[in-house]
Amino acid sequence: MHRNDFVRQLNNPGGDRRPSRVLHIDIPLLLLLLALCGIGLTVLYSASGQSIFYVKRQATFMLVGLVAMLVMAQFKPRFWERGSMLIYIGGLLSLVAVLFFGVGAKGAQRWLDLGFTRFQPSELMKIAVPMMVSAYLSKRYMPPAFKHVFVATMATLLPVFLVAKQPDLGTSLIIFSSGFFAIFLAGLRKRYLVATVLLALAAIPTLWFYVLLDYQKQRVLTLLNPGEDKLGAGWNIIQSTTAIGSGGWSGKGWTQGTQSQLNFLPESHTDFIIAVLAEEFGLIGVLSLLLVYLLLIGRCMVIALQAQTLFSRLVAGTLSLTFFVYIFVNMGMVSGILPVVGAPLPFISYGGSAIVTLFSGFGILMAISTEQKRI
Amino acid sequence: MMHDGAFSDPARERELFARRLFFGTLATLILSIVLSLRYFDLQISRYEDFATQSNNNRVLVRPLPPPRGLIYDRNGELIADNRPSYDLTIVPEHSDDIDQLLSELGKLIAISERDIQRFRKKLSRRRPFEQTTLHVNLSEAERAILAVNGHRLGGAETSARLIRHYPHRDLYAHAIGYVGRINERESQTIESVKYSGTDSIGKVGLEKFYETQLLGTVGSEQVETNARGRAMRILEQTAALAGDNLTLYLDSDLQRTAFDAFNGERGALVAIEVETGGILAMVSTPSYDPNLFVTGISQKNYDSLLYSNDRPLFDRSIRGQYPPGSTIKPMFGLIALQHNIVTPSYQINDNGYFYFKGIERPWRDHNFARGGHGDGVNLSKAIIESCNIYFYGLGVKTGIDLLSEYGSQFGLGARTGIDMPGERPGIMPNRAWKKGAHGQSWFNGDTINTSIGQGFMLTTPLQLAVMSARIASRGDVRTPRLVKSINGIDQPAPQAAANIDISAKHWDYMHRAMQDVVHSSRGTARSINKGLNYKIAGKTGTAQAISIDAEEKYDSSKLNKNQWDHALFVAFAPVKNPKIAIGLIVENGEHGGSSAAPIARAVFDAYMESQESVTLVTK
Repeated sequence: MHRNDFVRQLNNPGGDRRPSRVLHIDIPLLLLLLALCGIGLTVLYSASGQSIFYVKRQATFMLVGLVAMLVMAQFKPRFWERGSMLIYIGGLLSLVAVLFFGVGAKGAQRWLDLGFTRFQPSELMKIAVPMMVSAYLSKRYMPPAFKHVFVATMATLLPVFLVAKQPDLGTSLIIFSSGFFAIFLAGLRKRYLVATVLLALAAIPTLWFYVLLDYQKQRVLTLLNPGEDKLGAGWNIIQSTTAIGSGGWSGKGWTQGTQSQLNFLPESHTDFIIAVLAEEFGLIGVLSLLLVYLLLIGRCMVIALQAQTLFSRLVAGTLSLTFFVYIFVNMGMVSGILPVVGAPLPFISYGGSAIVTLFSGFGILMAISTEQKRI
Repeated sequence: MMHDGAFSDPARERELFARRLFFGTLATLILSIVLSLRYFDLQISRYEDFATQSNNNRVLVRPLPPPRGLIYDRNGELIADNRPSYDLTIVPEHSDDIDQLLSELGKLIAISERDIQRFRKKLSRRRPFEQTTLHVNLSEAERAILAVNGHRLGGAETSARLIRHYPHRDLYAHAIGYVGRINERESQTIESVKYSGTDSIGKVGLEKFYETQLLGTVGSEQVETNARGRAMRILEQTAALAGDNLTLYLDSDLQRTAFDAFNGERGALVAIEVETGGILAMVSTPSYDPNLFVTGISQKNYDSLLYSNDRPLFDRSIRGQYPPGSTIKPMFGLIALQHNIVTPSYQINDNGYFYFKGIERPWRDHNFARGGHGDGVNLSKAIIESCNIYFYGLGVKTGIDLLSEYGSQFGLGARTGIDMPGERPGIMPNRAWKKGAHGQSWFNGDTINTSIGQGFMLTTPLQLAVMSARIASRGDVRTPRLVKSINGIDQPAPQAAANIDISAKHWDYMHRAMQDVVHSSRGTARSINKGLNYKIAGKTGTAQAISIDAEEKYDSSKLNKNQWDHALFVAFAPVKNPKIAIGLIVENGEHGGSSAAPIARAVFDAYMESQESVTLVTK
């Protein structure tokens, strides 16, 4: 037994009987999540053209997500560790099924129609991949040997490839990061790290010429020169940077943003919602939101450091770093420093399945944070 | 076995993890600072630029809805067109106080509670600065009142748009159908871009079947707006493309004649152009005014249509399924002739009753009380006088397998494939069907009932007309069609590769027998032959609306009118060179000869008259 555990155990000899512990709720985490939901609904009301309809639907999704989170938190991390392989394989099979039987909209196949409901396997993979890779590596020595790094990498790249094929670049990027973070946190040796970076750089031309579709290349080109394509892909970026820039320090006021309210801003209530916030609440609003996000990530890091097992540590660390990728990709793309890949801003963008997935991830973090200390 | 530098000491494991997590946290913080700097750059350093740009950014894209395609009859008469309608719309951003505006408007024109409810519902889902409709179809007087008071009604506007209009009102209601507001379920299945600016969609009839062609292609315009979002100037326009125009085979004169001939009775008639399979007239009575549905029918009007005993919304012509009665006798006769089961010289003696071995209770003829049709009943006489006893025997000898196989070739028991939604298939029973539907084997008694078009058998008036047309054309199998051409391009009806396999002499024989139904002194439809200068071939039919016990006699005076027998008639004319074929039913009309046949005669007369005038013109 580790010395720190022993000391904590001494301080708390009778076990913790507080309701939050019994229900496996991490109070700081819950409060920060509720704050994000509140901000999200407020901005959504304005971004959707003051539509109560969207706000009600989003609030419903949030409630479903909260319940999912509480349910996930009731299972011990051991349970998730043992089940991770099964969930991963199930997710992989349904991703293959999507390629053949998937349904979707706007030229992308992302859904499986189960008759009573629709199910998006790529969402499941956002949680299954970090769990599976963490479970796999936590059973090996640290730092992992080349063989194990290779297996973990393949286990990550397979779903990344399948999701990119749908095509859903944003989600495949998230899944890739989660797998990478798990390997990195498990103590990937520096020489492998350097090798990975070099390999990634070498892969860029291959990606460009063989993997990326024309419209995806267009988005990268657009990033370099948005003025080139005013009516097509560049339109979004020009409109969103104008919306953000015209917000100034404190913004134009809630529901007063001319860019978003006059319908110039495309996808204003989904992927581009940060532009509405930036226009109406200014830089102060943007930084406040970023601060709440960082506090949330900070709390997750603390949970990761205090976690009881290697698996728990890896999962918690991976999920919190991946969460930041969501934020960085979305805020970067809307402000024009990253290509447009279709990634929602967590808890703020409108969209049901993304929200439920996010909450489920935090459910696992709560399970880890409230795990009984080993003696 | 440990590899180089690996360890399994929990303390060092923790340290390594903590170090890695620290790097991760550091990267997170650095990237957060990058993001903050980017937003600072946009929002603070370049604020002036973007604020100016945002101020000048006032170009809105608005959809231009396409005018819906028009529908013409075969002579170019308009059946469905578009008329301007003036709606009262509100842009809430332009009004200081919505509630006050509503009450102000309520004082000037009649605005219903339902209008206001709908308006509030739409308000919650609209985009800002979007016109939201409060009241549709303003009258001229109302428009004048609103124009005069315009200065104190800030936010309220009168806007014009095109709405569907059916000039013939109830005449074509069932065939053409109508458009109505797009409902929740439809809005999930349509492509919303195609319908931007359009709020109606084909609900039933041709309007629904040809929705894709009629809709047209939406256009757009870029509009410069002022600071409050009001359109000031049009910058660029892509015109909308009107929907395709449909020209039908329908003839308004025939349609009107048929409709009027029913004189308000419940029933349906379908007339087919024999040569093309085109529908010349398609009537279901009573009917309704489809214009009521275009801008949303009131609950009161809808209830009165829905709960009327006459069921005016029900399209009897393609959805009404009735026992065909004796109208299928010519078809069954043709089958028996073709397969040598009877010959023209074969005769029976009909004393009014038909006994089948092993069954005690006899089947009887409609005139059993007068002792049946007597001696020497051959096929021709059995058709002319509609003798049931002859057909009981013929049916049993032919067998249900042949009857049903040919029945489907003549268009019975399956959807005809007409270009209309909602057609019913009817029933042409056979062994497999009975097994599936009732779980029972087929009995000879079933064949006997089927042989006079009773029992399980059901047909729609459209199917009767199709059967009649296929007899008239000597077995030419064509799918019935309403649309003759789309934007002037002909749309010929699909036609089967081979004709129905029946010899020419049998067609001749049957055409002759059917002619005598109308033109001989003993024919069941002789009442319509007065003053005819052309020849009609036909067959009457009677179908029971309720079942009468075999021991009892049908007596209309003891029954309510809605229990009276249905009267049917199938016919074509002129016999020598058939042009037009008809199938029709008069619900509770009792006898095909007395109530159904005269309607056919009226339609034939109108058709022959129009043909004569055409001939005169060409001469």
